Amino acid sequence: MVGALDDVRIIDLSQEIAGPFCTKLLADYGADVIKIEPPRGGDPARRWGPFKDDDPHPEKSGLFLYLNTNKRSVTLDIATPSGQRILRELVARADVLVEGFPPGTLAGWGLGYESLSRLNPRLVMTSITWFGQTGPYRDFKGSEIVLYAMGGEMYSTGIPDREPIKTALTSSQVQAGAMAAVATLGALLLARAEGLGQHVDLSMMEALCGGIDRRAPSLIGYQYTGEISPRAGGMGLRGYPAGVYPCQDGYIEIAGGAAHWDRIVRMMGEPEPLRDPKWTQPGAQTDPALYQEFLELFLAWTMSHPKREIWRLAQEARVLCAPLNTPADIYNDPHFNQRGFFTEVEHPAAGRHRMPGRPFVMSETPWQLQRPAPLLGEHTEEVLGELGYTREEILILAQTGVI
Amino acid sequence: MTGLPLEGVRVLDLTVVWAGPFGTMLLADMGAEVIRVENVNVWPTYTRGIMARPPKELAAQYLPWTLGYPDRDPGQRPWNRVSMFNAHARNKLSCTIDLTHPRGRELFWHLVPLCDIVYENNAPETMEKLGITYETLRAARPDIIYVQVPGYGATGPYRNYRALGVHLEGAVGHTLLRTYPDLDPSQTSAVYTGDYLAGAVGAFAALLALHYRRRTGRGQHIDLAQAENAIAMLFQAYMDYALNGRIQTSLGNRDPAAVQGCYPCREEGRDRWVVISIRTDEEWQGFCRALGDPDWAHDPKFADPARRRRHQDELDRHIADWTSQHTSYEVMHILQRHGVPAGAVMDAKDACEDPHLNARGFFQELHQEDCGTHRYPGLLWRYSRTPMSIRRGPVRLGEDNEYVYKELLGVSEEEYRTLEAQGLLGTDYAPHIP
Repeated sequence: MVGALDDVRIIDLSQEIAGPFCTKLLADYGADVIKIEPPRGGDPARRWGPFKDDDPHPEKSGLFLYLNTNKRSVTLDIATPSGQRILRELVARADVLVEGFPPGTLAGWGLGYESLSRLNPRLVMTSITWFGQTGPYRDFKGSEIVLYAMGGEMYSTGIPDREPIKTALTSSQVQAGAMAAVATLGALLLARAEGLGQHVDLSMMEALCGGIDRRAPSLIGYQYTGEISPRAGGMGLRGYPAGVYPCQDGYIEIAGGAAHWDRIVRMMGEPEPLRDPKWTQPGAQTDPALYQEFLELFLAWTMSHPKREIWRLAQEARVLCAPLNTPADIYNDPHFNQRGFFTEVEHPAAGRHRMPGRPFVMSETPWQLQRPAPLLGEHTEEVLGELGYTREEILILAQTGVI
Repeated sequence: MTGLPLEGVRVLDLTVVWAGPFGTMLLADMGAEVIRVENVNVWPTYTRGIMARPPKELAAQYLPWTLGYPDRDPGQRPWNRVSMFNAHARNKLSCTIDLTHPRGRELFWHLVPLCDIVYENNAPETMEKLGITYETLRAARPDIIYVQVPGYGATGPYRNYRALGVHLEGAVGHTLLRTYPDLDPSQTSAVYTGDYLAGAVGAFAALLALHYRRRTGRGQHIDLAQAENAIAMLFQAYMDYALNGRIQTSLGNRDPAAVQGCYPCREEGRDRWVVISIRTDEEWQGFCRALGDPDWAHDPKFADPARRRRHQDELDRHIADWTSQHTSYEVMHILQRHGVPAGAVMDAKDACEDPHLNARGFFQELHQEDCGTHRYPGLLWRYSRTPMSIRRGPVRLGEDNEYVYKELLGVSEEEYRTLEAQGLLGTDYAPHIP
């Protein structure tokens, strides 16, 4: 099978989450991604959970296993002159370099864009950092929550009498990593067309600030109205039902409102009390007393139905609705399984498991799991061999701490 | 010659709400000619607003990020003035073609062969009813790239299930993983992380297909289920279930290994907060130095990362006591000087006035005829050799009808006037639409 990017070679100096997610997207669709890891310990993400059986072994991090599929791992100490020279050789033969060091780090090693582009004018070099290569915050330290607070719409996420709350896990870094993949691929298309590469400066803060998950809309809303979007429950939409409600075995998220009142009634099996014309009179959807009356009827109905049943009835009535699922629900769901979303992996340290698979289906150049995430340095010999090093020489590099 | 990566690439854009339009915005920023095909006779709820002509009093009740009309006035053409649409509408073109009318459909099928990519995010049956499938598109242009971004995908039992972003977040597990740990999941606001990721990954998929087409001459069909795609943002929870059968629950603002939280700051007539993450000993020492080495910090309870996590409730009270004596920006600068990750929780005013974003020239002033002149958030990354730019403001409904009908489709002036008179094209939604 062919991969859309099976003619692309990428040197990946990135670590942790955003950079590796960017290069995972590229590797999963066929690029040869050579992941450079520090010889001692490797990518710090190998030390981050969840771990198989809670064993904090560097080859058992579920976080690392997910983010590094289809990549080759090479250990190389790029703080040493020999490591830097080998990296330059790799870069000379590559299309793309992705890195996420604090700004100026690579230049300090003589590996900045100016220097590498003289070596390989077609090189696309993508730098993914919290705050970008320039500006007063360029040397600030970041974290997931710092990124969401400064770049995202954390301020208006939550409820008014509580502190703002972040989104789950590391979703902002995944978003920024995906954006870096878009930026990289755009530059690569141009480099192929014109024979000239360039440096891509991706500030994760800006990638979020310009983003559609309410940040850009909120900034424009402020410019238009002079008002700051407050923390408010639900979608800020009017009418009912709207938002999260408990049901027999959990919760559902649902949107109704005046325009689709008939659908809500149909979904609930046309109960007599809801067929009264009072519900559809002007103002009904904003009348607190009517809402209370509705809520009693509605909760009595939801509490007697499981979430999947409500989901099905809602869809039949064309009501916007979904259950609040857990990953276990999705792992066992017929839809995602029929579509072949999950993929079986056999990993030497973490064993056999089913991991979330492709983000999208391509008819000609499908997503493929060609290899699970690499063991630390699994491909050092293979990749250095491609550069012409013999096994004896590789042994010397290992004993001198270069690899 | 703009020298941008997608110069010469034309995208036929049938996207709605956010997940699709955000993707085509990225393609437009990279230089593609993105033509939105809209319909003056069908109201796309949640795309160009919630109602075409909302009463002024009603519009004023919505959050600025949804119905933030300039000066809180929907104006003559509210659909061209609404924040929820204008956030992704720059650099695009708009034409109106009535796909429910035979002549509209005919013109649509004349437009398809002139385009490289067809991009949409509707329920599959909506497209099928209009006769738009990969097969029919490919018949019109053999190397077409069809990027289809439905909520649950083009196949499978839920293919026609209806959802907005917020429902998909619930369905894939995000909502339960981001609640306040001590509250019911109904007690939070909606987020749309999946819309963001669908936009980014949809644009990525379009670029992949273009790269492959340049190599081989072959187009292809992309089926991007927003729900599946969003699971990438929950990968730790999915991997924990895959490896250990464990169902994770929300940590709120906390982190599995760091002391992390959102802390109150000194009031300035506004609601002020700062976030702090302390993971390593080095960061802890920096934090203690920043606070002037207080006595409580020497308590053995806080001696290592594990104990700091065990006693975080108590530690949080100390941190909050200190942060509430300072502004959010003060805390950020003090802690950052000592090597501690910390950031002001920026409301929209903070972001618009932020020295860093402004030093980098992030915001760009744009004029749009129905909105006037405003500052807009800018580009999501920088290219060193071929800088992108915002070449035009948020596109108005039907703004490019003359270009599309006359220049691209070769429609005569006479027929153009007839179609306009018949209400099949225009710059206003039909009067009967509320």
